[in-house]
Amino acid sequence: MAVYKMTVNGVSVNLTADDPNTPLLYLLQEQVQTSGPKFGCGLGQCGACTVLANGQPIRSCITNVVDVAGATITTLEGLATPAGPHPVQQAFISQQAMQCGYCVSGPILYGKTFIDANPGATREQILNALGKTPLLCRCHAHNRMLDALVLYSQGKTQ
Amino acid sequence: MSEFREFEKAEINAAAGASRRDFFKSAGMMVVGFAATGEAAKLAAQSPVNPTGLVDATKVDSWVSIAADESVTIYSGKCEFGQGFATVQMQLAAEELSIPMNRVKLIFCDTGVTPDQGVTSGSQSHIAEFGPGGLRQALDTARDALLQLASEWFDTTPDALTVKDGVVSPKSDPTQQITYGQLLEGQRFSLVLNSQTKPKDPKTYTILGTSVPRPEIPAKATGTFRYIQNVRVPGMLHGRVVRPPVVGAKVMSVDKGSVMGMPGVVQVVVKNNFVGVVADTQWHAIQAAGSLQVQWSDGDTLPDQATLASWMQTLPSADSLTLESGDTDANLAKATRTFSAQYLHPYQMHGAMAASCAVADVRGGSGPNALAKIWSATQGVYPQRDSVAVVLGIPKENIRVIFTESSGCYGLNGNDSVSYDAALLSQAVGKPVRVQWSRKDEHVQGESYGAAYAISLKAGVDAGGQISTWAYEAWTVSKGNRPNATTPGNILSGNLAGLPAPVPTPAKATPPTAFSNNNNSVANYLSGVVAGKPAGGTGTVNSARVLTHTVASPFFTGPLRSPARLQNTFANECFLDEIAAGLGMDPVDYRLRHLTDPRLIAVVQAAAKAAQWDTRPSPKDEHLPFGNPTGRGIACVLYEGNNGYSALVATVEVNRATGQVFVKRLTSAVESGPVSNPDGMVNQTEGGILQGMSRALFEQVKWNAKTGSITSFDWNTYPVFQWGMPVPVMKTVVINNPNVSQTGAGELGITLSAAAIGNAIFDAIGVRVRQLPYTPANVLAAMAASTGR
Repeated sequence: MAVYKMTVNGVSVNLTADDPNTPLLYLLQEQVQTSGPKFGCGLGQCGACTVLANGQPIRSCITNVVDVAGATITTLEGLATPAGPHPVQQAFISQQAMQCGYCVSGPILYGKTFIDANPGATREQILNALGKTPLLCRCHAHNRMLDALVLYSQGKTQ
Repeated sequence: MSEFREFEKAEINAAAGASRRDFFKSAGMMVVGFAATGEAAKLAAQSPVNPTGLVDATKVDSWVSIAADESVTIYSGKCEFGQGFATVQMQLAAEELSIPMNRVKLIFCDTGVTPDQGVTSGSQSHIAEFGPGGLRQALDTARDALLQLASEWFDTTPDALTVKDGVVSPKSDPTQQITYGQLLEGQRFSLVLNSQTKPKDPKTYTILGTSVPRPEIPAKATGTFRYIQNVRVPGMLHGRVVRPPVVGAKVMSVDKGSVMGMPGVVQVVVKNNFVGVVADTQWHAIQAAGSLQVQWSDGDTLPDQATLASWMQTLPSADSLTLESGDTDANLAKATRTFSAQYLHPYQMHGAMAASCAVADVRGGSGPNALAKIWSATQGVYPQRDSVAVVLGIPKENIRVIFTESSGCYGLNGNDSVSYDAALLSQAVGKPVRVQWSRKDEHVQGESYGAAYAISLKAGVDAGGQISTWAYEAWTVSKGNRPNATTPGNILSGNLAGLPAPVPTPAKATPPTAFSNNNNSVANYLSGVVAGKPAGGTGTVNSARVLTHTVASPFFTGPLRSPARLQNTFANECFLDEIAAGLGMDPVDYRLRHLTDPRLIAVVQAAAKAAQWDTRPSPKDEHLPFGNPTGRGIACVLYEGNNGYSALVATVEVNRATGQVFVKRLTSAVESGPVSNPDGMVNQTEGGILQGMSRALFEQVKWNAKTGSITSFDWNTYPVFQWGMPVPVMKTVVINNPNVSQTGAGELGITLSAAAIGNAIFDAIGVRVRQLPYTPANVLAAMAASTGR
């Protein structure tokens, strides 16, 4: 049984696995009890399992634990602070930008990463950025999610 | 048994707060004299989880309890899937009881705890909760009792009282006050729902009718919401299923030794053709399922996908005759002009974001002393409990099914089947087991697909251009349906485990004796003549035949958002457009001259106005020197003939060279009676319309008849609308109609997308695409066929 050290949402953790190719998602769910990243496809085709590794979005369902040993992992719940939700999450709340909410790790984390690197990004630019990688929302709340991301891009939450 | 129930009791009390426990401890009676004496002792002894599994929905206490601390707990049998109905139910309680929203707690869909309201589906939740015998009547009966108590306290009449924030005062002296909590003193209502009680007039709503934000969204946005996938039970193991590689294959042999040495593997479970593995972690279960050696028989013979429509027409069918005026053939023969066309709709998937997941804790094997607890995202906890009782051989009274939210399901997807899987595996190992399907499990052999349809339409038009006769004949497929107590084999897991499933019995149709809209197989433009008289349709056409043939499906089928209604509306609304185009009439004008229902007319006019409808005949059929031709199309529906009105205008651009369709704008108008939550209704409507666009443009289940396998096994092989594709500009007009009863809204949007987009494609390029989805291949094929004619 090997031990993989990493930081998850600001806390240093030791994930254990007998198979170095165990996907990160399952270990986060079973050993750190995170609820932000979700299993959607296990194939990197939908984005429900998205987490940030050293600030960049990755698919935790197809990322082997050995490949993120030592990394700093931030899940959807790790964005929020004791002071409250992160501004991008605030924008999603104010816009009621979801139905079931199962997919939101994808659009929120990919959207935030792009906008943080491109402040003031337009709706068109944000949509293009989200299209660089396969991401789904089956309730089809796309317009509201875009509204929320545009607000965040403008430094607003509502 | 008693230990189990004690455990249950503590858990429910934790969920409900102290209020309900206090209720059950209290042996006191309502002071107003409604309660039958002698019941008190029984009530005091009763556990919140009723040991018989029965919750009497005729009793007010089954729906609402008010604690001494003024908190109000509502018990409901309608679940939340992201459609926002939990919020609406809390608004309803706050409105009818005149209390603030933050005082309302809602517990829903838990057998033995909440009333049995069947399944949460089919845009029926508003009708159920606002209608007779539902939540609103329970709340109003409770409110009447509270006002009666207060009137005695103040020595006046109930109508001389006013309530604000749960505080009752005489209208004449607002300084005198008593609260609901003080009036009840922690006691139960002990009342039967009063069918004569008066709900608040929707015109006076202050909480319903407003866009109250959904209370669970902050937890969902911040990743702390606990979905079914996050349920953890002490000692829980992880299961995985191993499905037949081809449709209908049977287990020949299973080599359990092929995985028993693998890390963490606990057990291989085989029951008939049901095969699963149980391990200590998810990854170990996945590895074992992938390595298990199973010999399977050959599968079923599948029809060729390309000729599915003609194949359906060769099989024995169960027929239903919805309308038969008896004169359609004669009227077609004497019509000035006739039209005919056939529309094809493929099998489609629910395609939920989440792979289906459930957790089961089955103790004691089977028989009268065994117990089971299941956490499930099912649409119906009671039907699932009753069917699992058969699957496990455990009395239903010993089973508790607790609804826990998953991703949106959009109908009967895999949530019941995966619950059977978890229950079977837990029963075999005697420990709690969580099962989460793979994406392939979900796509290929898990969910119950939306049915394929072939719909043939004929119409005759008189010299004045009015439709004189309309004939609809459809062929569709069916296998299984929702799980129930007699045929748990209705869904795949039950079928694999060897439980019975009904098959459609071929039968000839008999003429109708009463009007039914029959899943919108009756077009909007028919008057619905039964026994010689118009009987409930929304249009002018008296001469009509509507006949549906259902044949056995090779794949499991089940309700998929707007089941059959979408397929029928696609055909009927496109066909109406074909007639209008043939006559050189504007599609909106031609609809309006055949509609009689003022509410349907109102949504058509509202959508056309909001979309700045360009009044002229279709097609526009521009041949531009550069750029893509654009077009607009409309469709409308009275959902199910009585359950909400909608109209949708689509604007599209079509690339003639590639056959690609780009939807630019989607503008709709919806009316479902009094609006409960305007923002929620817009969210539902627009999500539905866009999901309908995805189904119309991309979605079809594919299979290979030679290999017997389904070839749509992931998101690449079952493409859907995804992030990065241009998102149409959407606009929704919500018409509030406080003068009628509440009806459903969840399927108003999705029902129209395929028809409106198809009509817009025709407007743009002058070619009718009658086979969904509107893929480049299908569009180009229609263009080629059109040129060839």
